[in-house]
Amino acid sequence: MSFTRRNVVAGFAAAGLAGVAMPAVVSRAYAATPKKGGLLRMWIAEPVMLTGAFNSTGQIYEISGKLFDGLARYDFDLNPKPQLALSWDISADGKSITFKLRPGVKWHDGKPFTASDVQFSALKVWKELHPRGRSTYRYLADVEVPDALTAIFKFERPSPYVMNSLASVESQILPRHLYEGTDILTNPANLKPIGTGPFKFKEWQRGQYIIFERNPDYWDAPKPYLDGVVMVIIPDAASRAVALEAGELDVAGAIPVPLADAHRLAGLPTLEIPVQGSEALAFQAFMELNLRRPYFQDVRVRRAMYHAIDRNFVRKSIYFDFAKAATGPISYENAKFYTADVPQYEFSIAKANALLDEAGMKRQGDGLRFKITHDPLPAGDHFSRTGDYFKQQMAQLGIAVDIRNQDFPTYYRRVYKDYDFDTTSTGAFGLTDPTVGIQRFYWSKNIVPGVAFSNGSGYNSAEADKALEDAQTEVDPTKRAGLFRDFQKIVMTDLPLFPIADARYITIKSKTVMNIEVDPLGAHGSFAEAYLAR
Amino acid sequence: MSRYAIFLLRRLAQACIIVVGIVCVNFAVVHLAPGDLAEVMAGQGGGGDAGYVALLRERFGLDQPLWVQFQRYALNLLRLDLGYSFKDNMPVATLIADKLAATAILMIASLGTAFLLGIGLGTLAAVRHNSLSDVVISLLALIGYATPLFWLGLLLILLFTVKLGWLPSSGMRTIGVPVSGLAGVLDVARHAVMPVLTLTVFYMAVFIRLMRASVLNVASLDFVRTAYAKGMSRRQAYTNHVVGNALLPMITMLGVNAGGILGGSVVVETVFGWPGLGRLTFDAIFARDVNLLLGILFCSSLLVVITNLVTDLFSAWIDPRIEVSA
Repeated sequence: MSFTRRNVVAGFAAAGLAGVAMPAVVSRAYAATPKKGGLLRMWIAEPVMLTGAFNSTGQIYEISGKLFDGLARYDFDLNPKPQLALSWDISADGKSITFKLRPGVKWHDGKPFTASDVQFSALKVWKELHPRGRSTYRYLADVEVPDALTAIFKFERPSPYVMNSLASVESQILPRHLYEGTDILTNPANLKPIGTGPFKFKEWQRGQYIIFERNPDYWDAPKPYLDGVVMVIIPDAASRAVALEAGELDVAGAIPVPLADAHRLAGLPTLEIPVQGSEALAFQAFMELNLRRPYFQDVRVRRAMYHAIDRNFVRKSIYFDFAKAATGPISYENAKFYTADVPQYEFSIAKANALLDEAGMKRQGDGLRFKITHDPLPAGDHFSRTGDYFKQQMAQLGIAVDIRNQDFPTYYRRVYKDYDFDTTSTGAFGLTDPTVGIQRFYWSKNIVPGVAFSNGSGYNSAEADKALEDAQTEVDPTKRAGLFRDFQKIVMTDLPLFPIADARYITIKSKTVMNIEVDPLGAHGSFAEAYLAR
Repeated sequence: MSRYAIFLLRRLAQACIIVVGIVCVNFAVVHLAPGDLAEVMAGQGGGGDAGYVALLRERFGLDQPLWVQFQRYALNLLRLDLGYSFKDNMPVATLIADKLAATAILMIASLGTAFLLGIGLGTLAAVRHNSLSDVVISLLALIGYATPLFWLGLLLILLFTVKLGWLPSSGMRTIGVPVSGLAGVLDVARHAVMPVLTLTVFYMAVFIRLMRASVLNVASLDFVRTAYAKGMSRRQAYTNHVVGNALLPMITMLGVNAGGILGGSVVVETVFGWPGLGRLTFDAIFARDVNLLLGILFCSSLLVVITNLVTDLFSAWIDPRIEVSA
């Protein structure tokens, strides 16, 4: 473990990846004090709006936390730390959480931030309009506001995952005075937000750039150190790589270029790829299997196929070591819930073939056992390259793979609505809590046709359901973690999905950019502490 | 009524019928693609639940039967309202207007340059046909036509941005520096050099080949032989008779390409981060943002109809042999 100065400045004890083998942590000579001033230039895919209170698109996740603070932020162990909430008190039955809010916080238009904003956002925005908030806050019955700085969340059932979902980007508080009584989804403030965060919205030139300027009245003075952040919209990955190389960009997050390019850029003297700063995303690449297919119903077939995928090869050759080989459904980045103590499937073609023979999947005259299709998610070449590798490996088992490429809408329809697929290469954020990020792919009650990233495989296990449902309401953190360990064992025994790589959602940045990986959101964080050493 | 007026009225009436047809076809084609905006937006947001998709669909009016949606669209169009883009949270007309200038700069500059260079180089190649300069020009045109735009664009970026550091790699303006007046124009021009050059190479290839063929064709006609017989020099014959007559197919080609201006160039806009209509269209397709897509398609088809009309009138004006009544 390394104590970088950035962690100390941010008030965090230490990085939370102890015990996890990591490549050398980026570190350098300590600057005496953060340098004030300067515009930080960051790449962004053009968003559709700038508030994330009811839109959880990736680029909004990257942007909106700079304009809005949340009730809490998180340390690298994903424990909540005060931000707009100074403290919280959870009742013994877990059905009530009392937040004491920070006094003296102002919206960017000068109006005071109060518990009434929290009440409005939780009940009218998150619970009704946020794609994930609708389930996170499903059992939220009411928010009581005894005074301007106290908000009491009342739940019908304990909802322990709420404490893991309070970051600004996940549960964003909107100014009630601008939203109440309006059409929230089309409110003009969605495009020109008024927030509480370290930066204020200044200008959005569509297709070109978005400028945020320093909020001089930020509650956490003297932060922020930067004069502003410019979000540059560059649609082409190769052009982004050039812009980074030419010093036209300071930061690009969310795997901005193909990983082979990232590998090359990381070797340049001016650029680096921080090791930390994506833990809150806990991204995992995996494969879904359509369990409705007769040949996938035998667990031996699924195990055989998984034995034939060398996840260390994928890690090295497709993810260029910006990942670890996945061992289970929860990414190692979510250290609070991850366990490696699950059934292992070592790479062995011989074993795989033996298992298939045992399952009665005989080779036909042409050496083929059966034919399947494979749909890579059209979001980055690591998925299509994984698909190519999968095809090669399956050929050794006598399974012919037909790779189908398509655009997003067609993919969603095929995999999550028509269930017209055999296997996919895909990926998703595990986020800070498995109930919020992981459950959706495994819970049988989440087999809902027409909803993207739901349980598309059709996995239906009473045991897994029970572990997940118990974890939804278990108030005791240790017992809850235990339930998720059980869940990981069950899932790795049944293998309805193939975990492939726990990939870091990497950020490429100039070495002159300091303090952006101060918390597990990294480039998705607020940048209140960030500064330019040049 | 003069022949021009009758011609114009007839063509305008035809244009109206064509536009109505286009509106119907556009609407039908756009709805053939699988998936809708609600599914895409829910998907990009990480999923949600069934209620969330239904909520979006209701908000966007996608829960209505298709013919009701068409009725709404057609009625809006009659009121000159292009509708609302739920993806971008803006009226479609505003979105298009925002990108219009950028697209116009890119397309007009490159088409214009390509047209002029095409006339010059095409004529040169024809005058000296089968000589070394003809071979070189024809070869360049062929290479220009065959070169993938994204590759050429990236090579230019590598040369002028990474190696030489002369030009910005991407965007249309220097960010965060409010520049107006001459400085602003120069700033945009600096950003425009590489994208315009890339597109020019592509268009120029077509114009050079067309002009060369046209000049060669006209040069062999009887009236040119007559001109020589009258004692004109080669230079006089070409400048007074050949080039002017050879321009006709070039103008038709210019008209065809000008009609496509609103489509922009997705590839060049993507490589150079140029904020034009091509990218807007591209994104609208992949998000299944029907309103936005229909709006862009409608404006583009309108422009095609108008440029065709203008090209015909213009051809008739510069060459009286072409009858406007046709």
